[in-house]
Formats: sequence, structure tokens, C-alpha cells
Amino acid sequence: MSGRIHSLESFGTVDGPGTRYVVFVQGCPMRCLYCHNPDTWAMTGGKIMEASYIMEQYDRNKAFYQNGGGITVTGGEPLMQVDFLIELFTLAKERGVHTCIDSSGIAFNAKNTAFIEKLDKLMTLTDLVMLDIKHIDPVKHKELTSQPNEGILAFASYLNDKGVHMWIRHVVVPGWTDDPKYLYDLGYFIGQFTNMTALDVLPYHDMAKKKYEELGIDYVLKDVPPMDKARVPELKAHILDGIKKRREELGITHHT
Amino acid sequence: MRPEWTDFVGGKWDREINVRDFIQRNYTPYTGDDSFLAGPTQNTKDLWDQVLDLQKQEREAGGVLDMDTKVVSTITSHGPGYLDKSKETIVGFQTDKPFKRSLQPYGGIRMAEKACADNGYTVDPEISEFFSTHRKTHNAGVFDAYTPEMRACRTAHIITGLPDAYGRGRIIGDYRRVALYGIDRLLEDKQAQKDSTGDVMTDDVIRLREELSEQMTALKMMKEMAASYGCDISKPAANVQEAIQWTYFGYLCAVKEQNGAAMSLGRTSTFIDCYAERDLKNGTFTEEQIQEFVDHFIMKLRCIKFARTPEYNQIFAGDPVWVTESLGGVGIDGRPMVTKMSFRYLNTLNNLGPSPEPNLTVLWSTRLPEGWKKFCAKMSIKTSSIQYENDDLMRVTHGDDYGIACCVSSMRIGKEMQFFGARANLAKCLLYALNGGIDEVTKKQVGPKYRPVEGDVLDYDDVYAKYMDMIEWQAKVYVNTLNIIHYMHDKYCYERAQMALHDRDVRRYFATGIAGLSIVADSLSAIKYAKVEVVRDEDGIIVDFKTTGDFPKYGNDDDRVDDIAQDIVHKFMTAVRRHHTYRDGFPTTSILTITSNVTYGKATGNTPDGRRKGQPFAPGANPMHGRDSHGAVASLSSVSKLPFNDAQDGISNTFTIIPGALGKEDQVFAGDIELDLNK
Repeated sequence: MSGRIHSLESFGTVDGPGTRYVVFVQGCPMRCLYCHNPDTWAMTGGKIMEASYIMEQYDRNKAFYQNGGGITVTGGEPLMQVDFLIELFTLAKERGVHTCIDSSGIAFNAKNTAFIEKLDKLMTLTDLVMLDIKHIDPVKHKELTSQPNEGILAFASYLNDKGVHMWIRHVVVPGWTDDPKYLYDLGYFIGQFTNMTALDVLPYHDMAKKKYEELGIDYVLKDVPPMDKARVPELKAHILDGIKKRREELGITHHT
Repeated sequence: MRPEWTDFVGGKWDREINVRDFIQRNYTPYTGDDSFLAGPTQNTKDLWDQVLDLQKQEREAGGVLDMDTKVVSTITSHGPGYLDKSKETIVGFQTDKPFKRSLQPYGGIRMAEKACADNGYTVDPEISEFFSTHRKTHNAGVFDAYTPEMRACRTAHIITGLPDAYGRGRIIGDYRRVALYGIDRLLEDKQAQKDSTGDVMTDDVIRLREELSEQMTALKMMKEMAASYGCDISKPAANVQEAIQWTYFGYLCAVKEQNGAAMSLGRTSTFIDCYAERDLKNGTFTEEQIQEFVDHFIMKLRCIKFARTPEYNQIFAGDPVWVTESLGGVGIDGRPMVTKMSFRYLNTLNNLGPSPEPNLTVLWSTRLPEGWKKFCAKMSIKTSSIQYENDDLMRVTHGDDYGIACCVSSMRIGKEMQFFGARANLAKCLLYALNGGIDEVTKKQVGPKYRPVEGDVLDYDDVYAKYMDMIEWQAKVYVNTLNIIHYMHDKYCYERAQMALHDRDVRRYFATGIAGLSIVADSLSAIKYAKVEVVRDEDGIIVDFKTTGDFPKYGNDDDRVDDIAQDIVHKFMTAVRRHHTYRDGFPTTSILTITSNVTYGKATGNTPDGRRKGQPFAPGANPMHGRDSHGAVASLSSVSKLPFNDAQDGISNTFTIIPGALGKEDQVFAGDIELDLNK
């Protein structure tokens, strides 16, 4: 079984726990304005690679990934290639490798029973999903990503039902996603999930500008400054407030 | 046992000179974290401000603040020098004041004169006359013996950076011996060594006897020098402050007499910690005081300076001294050799701020304690000032009391030394193979007049065969050049202070080195896997290449090209091993240069891998800039495949990464990416 791969990175340190082998898949239906990998959007292109080849590459340097690391599939949107992921993670699990998917959740469609069947299978092979929720508000989400967020939020519930560990990631962009109200709402929404083990609030940066130029794509956020890192704790606190409120209401106690 | 040794566990070390045995019986491994460390004292801050001010003045003065032009530097040539005597707990400068560079003409008077002249000073004419007429120097000796071929190779930079006009360095005295035994015991030992030489006066025995006498002279001078600072080092050190001070005096004597290309310190921290633990237990000193001693010691090491020429600084990209100190590692009995003192040494980067010197080098093992690993990582991220070396790899060869000279040269302290040999330009050698020994830049016949390649497209087998022939030639002229250099250095610029702190019979590594490995690997890969057409100039000399198609590049964990790199290292080393080496030196090679790669690049024409004439080589064993496209692990993996057996003098990889790419900044350790809802 082969996948459509954009590139392979042998030293991933920000894509899940530990040092990870990172597979960037090709193809994503989202068009997030701040996306820093616009070269992974197209559903065509990339390189066709066998899952077994990728695990061979992993094995060559497994010493680097053994100590708390593993393999992460990101992209692009990994869940656009579920069959490939099932094979890749089956091979990974045969080796006892920690598996992680970095996803926007956009591919999730509860009504597509064929897809859900495969996803169920994939989740038995997945140790962690890093779900990137771009915006809690459906209208704003569409403006920011060109796609609705309904399926994405449903995916979070699905993961919770399945008991798959989940990290929530949220990029804070000045003027776009730093409104305390929406941050609180986001927190309130994800506060219901007991499978969530981490919250990763990422300050927006504009380092992708050059890529857009090279690809001839208009960079809509060109006048938006990078997010001041110093503001992140304060922004994160709004989300945490929402989480706490929801957990109080639901009577979820938290152990630290 | 001597009174200075009270409370230490005795053993072989109290009957013979054996620092390792002392350490193994007396050190206390530390498995905790950095929370015990103390900050800088007011005195430390004041002294460091003084040093910073001197550094500023030095920069403003154009790089040199003061130079000695009259007094030839020896162990006892200068009276004591201080920053602020009332505040310094560890004392000693190379001359009679800080930042004054000493005059060291034994390596070569012309180099000493030029170093002064280029900085606006003039060497006393009497000294110039003396070292030109009455006392020969290393440099003069070497040039008396060089062949025309050696001179041509040197000029064309196919072998380059040779220590033929400056001190070779790379010899680490076991400075700890001064502290553990005191000079008088070392003198007794040296006398016994002299009495034990053979009685048939062959060249070897005569030389040995003369050298041992030189060493004893140096030891006596060390006592005298220390006495000028009010310290009696005839006896062993009695506490941690003295242990640091005595050790530093040993090192200071070395740098008063030798301005070698790398003057490294060794592996002192765990040794010193034996004293610190004893003093802490007995209440002799507090943690704050001990950290202050260490801070003042490191401060002194940061002030070691030599008179250099701008050309020298260009080769080495600055004004480095390579005061390398090796920290940590694991003992052959499996106990980590990390002590609190290892932490204190790194803590100087907090207390005094980041600095490239001393070159703090962590001997890394997967079995190091977690607290130490975390502290190293934290300090690396904070200061970018730490070098790492693979202890698991080197321990097999060198045991657990070796140190690093310069950046990668490993040797057992006090038992092994090295003849530093700079390096051979392997990329240029490939071009010589194509052009039948004609230099592609000067168009002169430098190498042997072998048959050049014919036709327009390079054939891998043909090029490879020609290259192997040319490497054989290069290795021969290179090793023989080094034989002359080390013969003359021993004769005219002998390292008596460092060798006084060695055993009688040392193993001498005969170090060679190579530059341009990644260029050669990629060039041969291009010839093998793509199509490389040659471009000849009007004289028929190949000066450029047209490469069509893609080819595997070193640095991507791709065996097709990584195998070529390994093979070249092996073939070069095999060629080196074929030759006689001075004083039965054990031949090694390094893939090392992390500074001279720029200069070597300037002297080398276009190469088949697409590198343009004059462009820098990659540092050490690094892949060429921007050609490793599969991330850091793949890049490191290519490097790690290089055979240590064939490059025993070390393989260096310069790893640069923005802190953000190493993880989520401090949160990696603080763990606050995890949800803590009680906050």
C-alpha cells in the first residue's frame, strides 16, 4: 500500500512527544490563511511511497526515536489517506512504535460508514491525535480555512468516545483568533473531553511568506504581524478558563 | 599517607603516579539535578566586570591590548600578574599582567616578529638577531629539511595548515598530577625514570635522557613560578582551592612556553570534586566558596591569549586557544563519572555568561544520569557553548581517563600524546587525479605527472582508479612532511612542561587529517549516478564541470553515497599507514576542520559536485551546505557511518539548529504543555 508523500523529516521535535520521524503527506482540502505548508495542498504531486519503505527509513535511525519519541503523520491532511495510514501504523505497531496523527479533522464525516469503519480500525493503531482546531465559531472558521468546522468538532467527540489520547492545538493570530470570547468558547467546548491530555497554544508566525511568493499564491495575512510570544500565556488562560467552567458543570475532576 | 591525603581512600595511586586510580577510588558520582548550584559572588562579578572591560579595550585597540617584545616567555620569565589580588581566589597569568601576550619565538622567529608587526609592535632587535643567528627555531629547522615537492604542495594548499611555523599544540599534560602529588614527588619520579633508561647510548636513549632532564628543569621552574604567587607546590594540594590552583599552575606553565594550535586542559572536574566533597564534608568550604574557586579558575582560562598573525586567525576563524576540558563520561566499571564539579564547571556559563573558551566538552553516553543530561541540554539551549563527544565510542579505545585535545582528538591523560598534523585537501587531490597532477588554480605541475582523464564525460571507474593513485602520492608526501615537522619541533621547540606531566614512555599518535570529504563523496556520486561533462581551458586543463541529472548526496542517510565517503576515509588511512612515522607514531586521521574549511575552499577550484571555485568546504565531516534535505537525524546518520577505526583522531560534525526547532523552548523541560488545571 502506497501513500502520496510530500516529504520525510528525520528530526521532528515539535510534532508530538519526544524526537519523531515525521511523514508529511501530500494533499489537504483546507486553505488556512496562515498555513505554513501551502506546497502540501494539492491532491496531486508529491512522491508515491510504500508504507514499508517509510518504516525501513524509520528503522535505520530508530535509536533516535526510541526514548519517548515515535512516528508522526502530518501534512497535508493525513486522514485523506486512511488506507495508507492503516498499513503504516500496522507496521509501526508491530515494532512497538508510538504513533501520532497531526490532523485538522476535516476529513471526518460521521455519515460515511465506509470511512468510519476504516477510521475505527486506524484508531486502534493510534496512540495520539493532535487535533488542530482553527476556530470555534463556524462562520469565522470558514473565513479562516475555507471549510466548515462542524465535522472537525464532531471528530473531537468521536476521539473522546474512542478514548484516543488527544492534544488540542490552536494557533493564535492577531486580529483573527485572539478574541478572548472565542478562546473561552473553544475552552468551553473542549472542556468536556476526558481524553484530552495537552493544550498547545501556538503563536502565529509569518515565516511561510516566502513560500507563498515562490508558489505565486497571494498571502492574505501579509499585513498581520507575528503573534507576540509574551501574549500566549494570557491567551491560553482564556481557553483554560473555558475548560475549567465546563469541567465544573460536568463534575469532571482533574488529577495532576 | 601524607597529611594532605587524609580521608582519601588509598591504593596504587599513593605508591605510584596514577591519577586515574585516585579518581576511581575517591570520586562520588552525582545523580541529582542542578538545584544545589550557587550563583556568582560579588567578588566574582567585580572581577568578571574587569575582564569584560579589558576585552572591550582589547577590541577597541584592534584585537590586541599589549604584547611583550623584549622578554622571551618561559615558565619563570615573568613576575606575578593580577586582576585584583584581594579578590582573586585562583591566581596566575601568562605574563606579568592580564591581556598582555607573551613572546614565544622557539616555534619560529619570523612568525613571532610578524605577529608583533601586524599588531603594531616590534620585537627587540637583539632577540631577533639571537633567534636568527645563534639559536635555531623549529621553523628554520623544518625549512632546512623540506624537499622542493613538499614546498610546492604547501604553496598549492594540497596539504595545508601545517604546524611548521607555529607550535603544534595538542599535547595535554596531566596537570592534576601537580595537585595530587606536588612537584617534589614528581621530580623523584622523573629522576627514577632517568635512572631507568637503557645504558647503550643509541639516538633514542640519548634523546630520552635529554628530554627527561628538560622535564625536570621545567618542574623546578614550576615551583619557582608558583612561589612568586606565594604558593608552595612542592607539596600536594591540601584542599579544593589548592587543588584547583595547583592544577591551573601546571597548565599555566604549559601556555607560558607553548603557543600551540590547541592547548587543552584535559579532564579535571571529577578529580577536583574528590577534594570538594572532602572539604564540604569537613566544613572547610561552603558550596558558594567552591563555586567561586571554579568561577575564578574558568575566568583565568578565558584570559589565555597568544600572539597570532592575521593569517593564522584567518585559518582558524578567530583567535582560538582550544582550552578543552572534558566533562562527564562513564567509567569502565559502569559508574557515571559525573560529579557535582561537572555541574559547577557548566554553571560558570551561568555565572560568567556564555563563552567559547574554555571549550567545555561533554563526554556523552546513553548511560549518563538523567539530571546531568537535562542540565547539559538546558545549558546548550541557553548558551550554545557546549561541545559533545561520544564517550561510548571512545571509551572502548581509551578507557575512562582520556581527554580531548582541540575539538576531537582523544588521548589518555598523561599516557598518550599527539603529533598534530593539520590536513590533506582531498577535494583538490581529486582534481589532481583528473588533471594528472597539475594544480587547477596555479596550473603548475605539483603532483606526479600521471595520465590525466581523457574524453568529455567522466567515467566512474576511470576516475576512481586515478584518484586512488593520487591519494597514495598525497599520503606519502604528507606523512613525510609531518615527519620533518615533528622531528624539528621536538628538537627546537620541545614541550618540556607538558611532557614533565606525562609518563616516561608515552604512546604518540601521529595525527593526519582530511578536508573536503563531503565534496569528494558528492563529486564521485555525481560521476557515478549522474552525467558529468568536463570543461577544459585553452591548455587542456579541466577547470569546470557540467552535471546533468540528479545524484545521491552525502547527508541524507543514503548508502549509495555514504558508502563512497566511508571508502575514501578507509583508503586514505590505508595509504597513510603504509609509511614510516616519526618516533613510531601511531597513525590516525581526523575529519575535523571546523574553521579552516573556508580557507581551504578558497584555494580549491570548481568540483564535480557543483561547488564553485573558492566556495568554502563544509566543516569537518558535515554534509555540504543545504544538501542534506531529510532532516537532522538523516544528516547525522550519514556522518555516524564514517568508520572511527579509520578516523581515530576524531570525526567532527557542526550542528546548528534554531532553539525553536529543538522543541517548544523551555516548555520541553517545564512540561507546561501538559494540562494543569489547578494553576
